[in-house]
Amino acid sequence: MIEVKDLRKSFGETEVLKGLSTTIYEKEVVCVIGPSGSGKSTFLRCLNLLEEVTSGHVLIDGTDLTDSSTDINDIRSKVGMVFQHFNLFPHMSVLQNVTIAPQKVKGLSKQEAEDAALPLLEKVGLADKANTYPTSLSGGQKQRVAIARALAMNPNVMLFDEPTSALDPELVGDVLEVMKDLAHEGMTMVVVTHEMGFAKEVGDRVFFIDEGIFMEEGSPEQLFDDPQHERTQSFLSKVL
Amino acid sequence: MYIFSVNHYIEVLPLLLEGLQFTLLITFVGVFLGFVLGAIFGLMRISKNKIVYGIATVYIEVVRGTPLLAQIFFIYFGLPDLLGVSLDKLTASILAIALNAGAYIAEIVRGSVESVEDGQREAGRSLGLSSSQTMRYIIWPQALKRMIPPLGNQFIISLKDTSLFSAIAVTDILYQGRQYASGTFTYFEPYLMVCAMYLIITIPSMVILRRYERRLEKK
Ligand SMILES: Nc1ncnc2c1ncn2[C@@H]1O[C@H](COP(=O)(O)OP(=O)(O)OP(=O)(O)O)[C@@H](O)[C@H]1O
Ligand SMILES: [Mg+2]
Repeated sequence: MIEVKDLRKSFGETEVLKGLSTTIYEKEVVCVIGPSGSGKSTFLRCLNLLEEVTSGHVLIDGTDLTDSSTDINDIRSKVGMVFQHFNLFPHMSVLQNVTIAPQKVKGLSKQEAEDAALPLLEKVGLADKANTYPTSLSGGQKQRVAIARALAMNPNVMLFDEPTSALDPELVGDVLEVMKDLAHEGMTMVVVTHEMGFAKEVGDRVFFIDEGIFMEEGSPEQLFDDPQHERTQSFLSKVL
Repeated sequence: MYIFSVNHYIEVLPLLLEGLQFTLLITFVGVFLGFVLGAIFGLMRISKNKIVYGIATVYIEVVRGTPLLAQIFFIYFGLPDLLGVSLDKLTASILAIALNAGAYIAEIVRGSVESVEDGQREAGRSLGLSSSQTMRYIIWPQALKRMIPPLGNQFIISLKDTSLFSAIAVTDILYQGRQYASGTFTYFEPYLMVCAMYLIITIPSMVILRRYERRLEKK
């Protein structure tokens, strides 16, 4: 489903991703952990080409994103992304946030888009907030709107970049709940997170990135309870 | 004291009100066209295309690097030589304000668009919106709100700038005051009234702007 082949990314002189290769299968939930600055966000952003790939290949359902003839907007509409700082559109109501892309990208009518949006808002527990503006929402509510907004495009894959790390601790649970539901429904997910509990409960595989390479990967049990690599051990001892 | 010759204040007023019409006409139409130019050149300044960026930069630097009075002389007296048709004073004035304000507004537009957080663009693009859709639906509406205070400022500046066009005998506020002064050999009253005339427009504009800015800050 997602194939990554020798992915490299440099910013100017500094190489941030130093040859990543992996395959992420349909319905799999992959968690990515690693120290700050190790390249987690950059890796995720390469999966929908928010960052231009320096070399290597990223294939989604067989389509090579790095091929210049690929319709990037089409790929992006099939890959949902949720950001650490939500990035909701502040000048639009919650409902407009969720319906803008289906209308403009898929060409749905306003009515069709809204009919599809309401069940999604229901799902993230915010149907009653449809007509409010993002500024009046809590962080946890904002992030759930952001998830609904991404889901409105019917993506095949969802990418999450530390979706709960900007939230007050008491608001994290609601967001994780929504993500767990998604996972149980069979959504393919790549999640950069420090929520080890979440990774253990719903993660199928965990990648540990350090200095731009996958240092270690395995099932959550293997990686958290019996890390092989000494870098993984020292990282886990700091965060757990 | 000399200043209390009320007659002069009363006599000059109708002349100035006539001038006010031209001043306002030139300012409103000029700044509106300037906004259209400014939006186009401002967005060109953000372009990654070197040529597009270069054209906009040349326009902005040329306008900002030359005095408005020279620009109006060039447009009113110089251009007809080249084109073989002469422009009437009003058209030349509106054109000059539009070109002049356009260059400053281009920088306002560029600055406001760039001030919208990059995460907004990324969120738009990640949903599959094209870069022009992202600009139109996500970035521009947010940038527009931030543009309003500096655009209001530019309006006030352009309004005052129109007084330079009395040099080509556009019958604006200043020109009318000057006519009265040289006809009656009184200077204090007409010029005081000229200044008051500008203030009647500029002070309320400034008050409204401050209010808007404060409201924007609160949000
Ligand atoms: N646009 C950019 N230009 C230059 N350097 C960048 C850019 N984006 C990221 N980097 C650098 O790339 C490295 C990896 O960044 P990245 O954001 O992927 O790390 P991360 O693992 O997500 O870290 P964190 O846990 O802090 O989010 C960092 O050293 C960062 O400074
Ligand atoms: Mg990051």
